[in-house]
Amino acid sequence: MLGILRQRAIDGGLAASTLRRTRSALVSARSYAAGAKEMTVRDALNSAIDEEMSADPKVFVMGEEVGQYQGAYKITKGLLEKYGPERVYDTPITEAGFTGIGVGAAYAGLKPVVEFMTFNFSMQAIDHIINSAAKSNYMSAGQINVPIVFRGPNGAAAGVGAQHSQCYAAWYASVPGLKVLAPYSAEDARGLLKAAIRDPDPVVFLENELLYGESFPISEEALDSSFCLPIGKAKIEREGKDVTIVTFSKMVGFALKAAEKLAEEGISAEVINLRSIRPLDRATINASVRKTSRLVTVEEGFPQHGVCAEICASVVEESFSYLDAPVERIAGADVPMPYAANLERLALPQVEDIVRAAKRACYRSK
Amino acid sequence: MALRLRSSTSKSNFLNILRYNNLGFGTASHAARHLRTHDPTLLRVSQNPISRFCNTMAEKLSSVGENEDANAQVMDFPGGKVAFTPEIQFISESSKERVPCYRVLDDNGQLITNSHFVQVSEEVAVKMYSDMVTLQIMDNIFYEAQRQGRLSFYATTIGEEAINIASAAALSPQDVIFPQYREPGVLLWRGFTLQEFANQCFGNKSDNGKGRQMPVHYGSNKLNYFTVSATIATQLPNAVGAAYSLKMDKKDACAVTYFGDGGSSEGDFHAALNFAAVMEAPVLFICRNNGWAISTPTSDQFRSDGLVVKGRAYGIRSIRVDGNDALAMYSAVHTAREMAISEERPILIEALTYRVGHHSTSDDSTRYRSADEIEWWNKARNPLSRFRTWIESSGWWSDEEESDLRSRVKKEMLEALRVAEKTEKPNLENMFSDVYDVPPLNLREQERQVRQTIKSHPQDYPSDVPL
Repeated sequence: MLGILRQRAIDGGLAASTLRRTRSALVSARSYAAGAKEMTVRDALNSAIDEEMSADPKVFVMGEEVGQYQGAYKITKGLLEKYGPERVYDTPITEAGFTGIGVGAAYAGLKPVVEFMTFNFSMQAIDHIINSAAKSNYMSAGQINVPIVFRGPNGAAAGVGAQHSQCYAAWYASVPGLKVLAPYSAEDARGLLKAAIRDPDPVVFLENELLYGESFPISEEALDSSFCLPIGKAKIEREGKDVTIVTFSKMVGFALKAAEKLAEEGISAEVINLRSIRPLDRATINASVRKTSRLVTVEEGFPQHGVCAEICASVVEESFSYLDAPVERIAGADVPMPYAANLERLALPQVEDIVRAAKRACYRSK
Repeated sequence: MALRLRSSTSKSNFLNILRYNNLGFGTASHAARHLRTHDPTLLRVSQNPISRFCNTMAEKLSSVGENEDANAQVMDFPGGKVAFTPEIQFISESSKERVPCYRVLDDNGQLITNSHFVQVSEEVAVKMYSDMVTLQIMDNIFYEAQRQGRLSFYATTIGEEAINIASAAALSPQDVIFPQYREPGVLLWRGFTLQEFANQCFGNKSDNGKGRQMPVHYGSNKLNYFTVSATIATQLPNAVGAAYSLKMDKKDACAVTYFGDGGSSEGDFHAALNFAAVMEAPVLFICRNNGWAISTPTSDQFRSDGLVVKGRAYGIRSIRVDGNDALAMYSAVHTAREMAISEERPILIEALTYRVGHHSTSDDSTRYRSADEIEWWNKARNPLSRFRTWIESSGWWSDEEESDLRSRVKKEMLEALRVAEKTEKPNLENMFSDVYDVPPLNLREQERQVRQTIKSHPQDYPSDVPL
C-alpha cells in the first residue's frame, strides 16, 4: 500500500514540476499525491453553511426543500437534523414570499441564507432582492442593514431549457448595494460562502449545478473553520504571458482546458477566475492585460450588456494603450436556451471557442 | 383512536401527535408545540419529521364498520379529517350578511351601552387626542407648503388619524413597525418631532435619512419604525420575517405592518399571510381599508367582503373595526397584540375608514369622486370630533385646551418648516456613503473623481450645495 502511494508521490512530483502553476484542473488534481485532500463543491458549500451556522446562532437557512428533502441539490444535507426546523426552514412555494420574509428577518437582526432552487426563480422575488435588500442601507441612511445571502444554482445546466438556464450575473452585478460572487472550485465555494454569510451587506451567491459534483483539491488552510476569502479579489488560476483569459464559474474550467491546448501551440495564456463579479477586481484584470496586451473574456450568459461587456469597457478605458489586439468577448448565444442537446451545446461557449478567440487575439488565425 | 401503543415516552408522544392530527389541526408545529408544552426537553427536531409525514397518511378510522351509514364516514386526506356529504353544495361567494364592524363610540362620540373596550387612562386618552390634532395640523401645513412650491411632494393622512394614533398607543415601543406610507402618526406617537418630520420632507442635513428619500418616506431605527419603502405591500413579508426573528429571540414584542385596501391585491399580501400562519409568527396585519387606491374604488379592487374574510382563508384570526373610532381601534390592537405574542400567531385587523385627502399632492381626487362624498366623511364621520366628544364627556378636555393646543402646534409646525427650509442640504460625501457597510474602492475612487472635477470646473457645480 505504502509502496503504491510512494510511487504516486513521485509521479505527482514530476507532474507538478511541469505544471507547476496549474491548479484545480481535474488532470492535475488526480496526479497530486496523497496528502492533498479533495472535496466536491457540494461538500464545500455544505461544510461552509454548517460551520457558519455553528459559529453564529443568528444564521439560518430558508428555501424550498432545504430541510426534510436535504436540499434540492443536497447542498443543505444534514443541516435539519443538526440544527432543527427553526434554523433550517422549509418554505411554501413563494419566492416573493420567502425572499421578503428573509429580508425582513435580516432587517430585524437575523442572518438568513436564502436558497433559490435556481436563480431563474429569483425573478419572482427580484423586487425584494433589489428594492428591499440592495437599496435599503442607502435609502435608510445606514439605519437598516441587510446581512442576507441569496444563493443557488445559476446559468445553464444540462438539458433544462430556456426557463431554467439563464445566467443572472450581469443583472445582479449592475445593482449598487449588492455584492455578487461566483465561485468555481471547492476552495472558492467554501471561502466565498463563508465570507458572504459574514458580510453585513446583501450578497448574491451564484453557484453552478454542474460544478456541484466536481471534486477539487483543497488545502488544510481552506478546511479550517475560520477560512474566508476576500470579496472583490480575483484569482489568477494560471499564470501566462501572451493572452489574458478572464472568466468566472464553470467557464474557468473550460478556460483552463483551453490554456492547456494553447500551451501546446506555444501560446501562454493567463487565466483569471473573477470569483467576485461585484465588486469587480478591475485592478487584477488590468494588471494582467498590461502584462499580456491581449484580452479574451468568457461567460455563459447572454452577450448584450453582459459581464464581459463591463470587463471589456474597463480594460479599454484603463489599459487602452497596452492593448495589441481588439478585446474578445465570448458569451452564450443570443437566444433563449434551446433544449435539444446538440443545440444546447452550440448555444454555450466551448473550449474550442476560447482557443479560437485566444488565437485570434494573438494573430494566429483569422 | 384505533392505535394502541405500549406506553413508552417516544411512543406515547407519537400517539399524542396522532391525536392532534385527528382533531384536524394537521400542522407539524401544532403537534410539536403540544410536545413542547408538556416536555420542554424533548427535541422538536426528532419529532417534527415524524409528525409531518403523519399528516400525509390517508387513514380510515377502523372503528367505522362497513355497515355504518355512509354519511358518518370520514377520511383522512393530507391535511386532516374531512367529512363527506352526498349533496352537491358550493360555498357561496359571499355570506348573507357582511361581517359586523366593532365600534365602541357612536357617530356622535357617545359610548355605546354594553360595549367591550380596553380602558384608557386620562393621560393616554389626552395624548391620543393631542397627537391626532397634531397630525391633522402637520398634514394641513405640509400640504399647503407643497402647494406653495416649498416642498416637492406630500401625502396626507387626513381621515385616518384614529387608525394611526390609536394603534400606536396600543403597542409597546419594542414592537417593530413596517409602514406603507400613510402612518406617520405612529412615528409621532413614539416621539418623532415636528422638526424631524420637516427635515425629512426638505431632505436637509439634519434629516436622519440624509436626504436620500422623497418626502413622507420617514424611518427611525431608534423608534423601531422601518423606513418607508414606496413599493406596495413589500413590507408585509418583511414584517413576517421580522416577527419570526422576534419569536426566535423570545422577545416580548410583535411586528406590526400597515397596508391599504389596494395593497391587499399584491402577491406579497398572499405570501405574507400564508407564511405568517404557517410560521406562527407574532405579527399584526393592519389594513386601512379607506375605500380608494388612488382612483380605484374597492369595488374594482376585490369582490370579497373586504379584507376581514380573507384572514380565514389563511387560517388567520381576524377582526373588522371602525377605523374612525379611536377607542375601538385602541382596544382591538391592544387585544390583538396580546394574542399575537402569547399565542404566537398572526392577527388580521381590517380598519374601515375613508381617505379624506387626495392620494398625494400629485392627485386631484375630485376627478374621480364627488366633493360631497369627501366633505361628508370629513365632517360627519370625522375621527377627531368623535373622540373629542368622548374625552370631553369624561371631563378630560375643554374648549380652552383645544384652542391652546391648536395654536401652539400650528406655531411649532410653522417654525419647524421655516428652520427645515433654511437648513443646508447634505454634503457630497452622502451621495456615496451607505451603499455598502464599508465604502468599496470603486465608490471611493468615484468620489475622488467627482471632487477633482468640481475643483477644475467650479462654475458647473451649484454654489448652494455643500461639499
